[in-house]
Amino acid sequence: MIQRAFGGLTAWVSAHPIVSFVVFFAIFPFLVPYESLATQVLIYGLFALGFNLLYGYTGLLSFGHAAYYGLGAYATGIALAKLKVTSLWLALGLGLAAAVVGGALVGFLCLRRRGIYFAMLTLAFAQMLYFIAFHAADLTGGDDGLRGIPLHPLGLPGTSLSLRHPLAFYFFAYVLVVLAVAGLKRILDSPFGAVLQAIRENSDRAVACGYDINRLKLLSFVFSALFAGLAGALDALRLTVVPVEALYWSTSGQVVIMTLLGGAGTFFGPFVGAATYLVLADRLSIFIEFWPLVIGVIFMAFVLFLPRGIWGTMTTRGVQR
Amino acid sequence: MPDVSLIALTAQAFTGLVLGGILVLMAIGLSLIFGLMTVVNFAHGSFYMLGAYVAFSLLVLTKSFWATLVLAPLVVGTLGFLVERLLIRRLYGRSPDDPLLLTFGLSLAMVEGVKLVWGKVGLTVDPPRQLAAPVDLGFMTFPVYRLFVIAVTAVVLLALWLFLEKTNVGLIIRAGSRDALMVRALGLDLNRIWLLVFGIGIGMAGLAGVLAGPMRGVYAEMGVEIIIECFVVVVVGGMGSLAGAIIAGLLMGEIVSLTTFFAPKLAEIVVFVVMAVVLLVRPSGLFGEAGLAE
Repeated sequence: MIQRAFGGLTAWVSAHPIVSFVVFFAIFPFLVPYESLATQVLIYGLFALGFNLLYGYTGLLSFGHAAYYGLGAYATGIALAKLKVTSLWLALGLGLAAAVVGGALVGFLCLRRRGIYFAMLTLAFAQMLYFIAFHAADLTGGDDGLRGIPLHPLGLPGTSLSLRHPLAFYFFAYVLVVLAVAGLKRILDSPFGAVLQAIRENSDRAVACGYDINRLKLLSFVFSALFAGLAGALDALRLTVVPVEALYWSTSGQVVIMTLLGGAGTFFGPFVGAATYLVLADRLSIFIEFWPLVIGVIFMAFVLFLPRGIWGTMTTRGVQR
Repeated sequence: MPDVSLIALTAQAFTGLVLGGILVLMAIGLSLIFGLMTVVNFAHGSFYMLGAYVAFSLLVLTKSFWATLVLAPLVVGTLGFLVERLLIRRLYGRSPDDPLLLTFGLSLAMVEGVKLVWGKVGLTVDPPRQLAAPVDLGFMTFPVYRLFVIAVTAVVLLALWLFLEKTNVGLIIRAGSRDALMVRALGLDLNRIWLLVFGIGIGMAGLAGVLAGPMRGVYAEMGVEIIIECFVVVVVGGMGSLAGAIIAGLLMGEIVSLTTFFAPKLAEIVVFVVMAVVLLVRPSGLFGEAGLAE
């Protein structure tokens, strides 16, 4: 009985993704121990959503998504802290632009090699950006991170809104993430989205159907970088600092883990995964100093036994019953 | 520009050879494992790190560098057997992304596990007393230990080459990396061969870690740092190509070493620039066959 109700709920959520997302995340900050955890889930969920477009839907495993998250964070942060830009919108726009340009360049290079090389190449280029940020201390703050990012009031038509209260910031991020989620839905429902999934299932057949799959893969890569860049830009505002670790391989690894925990290639998997990861990390770090060890073991168990992830396993079961 | 004397430059080139040798030992194992079973072993660097840590403990235990040099790769290689048998074997037949993801999780666990056992602070290992002194080569002096590392690398490579080219098992390994299905059809048990190759590759990573410890120190993150360099080497050399791994490894060692000499800040970045150029000019790598496992 409970299982049937649960199956019905997941089926309804899958059928009405945007409404479910809007409703759930409107009450989410009141369900978690502190609001900033809710904001973190939103932002990392968005980051994972971008990764999921590339891995889950297009079948390209990137181990370097820290690059676009970091580019978005640094460009937004540098605009506000160093270039003295006062408009948050402009700063966010610059963050997105940096991520898109970076994604297009790196994507072009990485897509020259197919298959398993792709993962290695994305990782290598992300690490290159990390070293550049590390050494260009005048611009990025280097090892100390980029500090002193002012959180200006958000300019809106006729008024301006302070984002200093955690809830105000949460709902600012919420609006942008809802737009991104709706955008992803639009992409996936379009013919372009259908071809991406065809590439994932059988790229030879997609070629045979006459699609220029390299161009489509690159486009998917750039969209993916755009979402990751928005996540990075929002995180720079949330923390008012960009640590150089934003570009480190461990950040890329985090988003891989989150997406696979939640379920790669599922619509809500990235958010389920981000919430699971962040709550786990938050709780585990209280008891165990070496909590990433536990996360690593859980992740291995998921790859071996639950490759569909949490949300993927729940929804397939719901459909079958 | 620093005062460039020919002798200092030669010394730096020798250092590059040492660094390159370590990279070659790593990249060959990675390449061999990939060529045979299309597994990209993300944890390869972590076994290198483990080799260095195990060597530290074995040195304390046995007080003999020579015993450690032999035992530590065996210990690490045995762990490699277990990892293939218990974890990676379950993933054959699934997407090649899955073993990569699994070994990523494994390397994450290993980095933390090592901190749990040996502590968070890095360790230092001294080279053996017989090899600690610098040697006079006539025109310059150079640490004997580094020459020793070059010699060990050369011996291991020669042994591996003889094993692959002159033994029956080597023949099966080479055949298996060309066409696994056909080798199976001929009635050969490839599972045992895969286990063996995985163990050998991991053992070589362990050996590289043992050798690198006295030069570069022993710390938990050393593995992930080198795995990224190894990925660059196999992308440049062409995955599955042993000659490519050797030449690209030595090339990368020299490039890093010489850039460190002229522009230290660029040393960490230049390898990636070289990789990008190779990708633009020769997308399949210097020695790669286009289409291999792609």
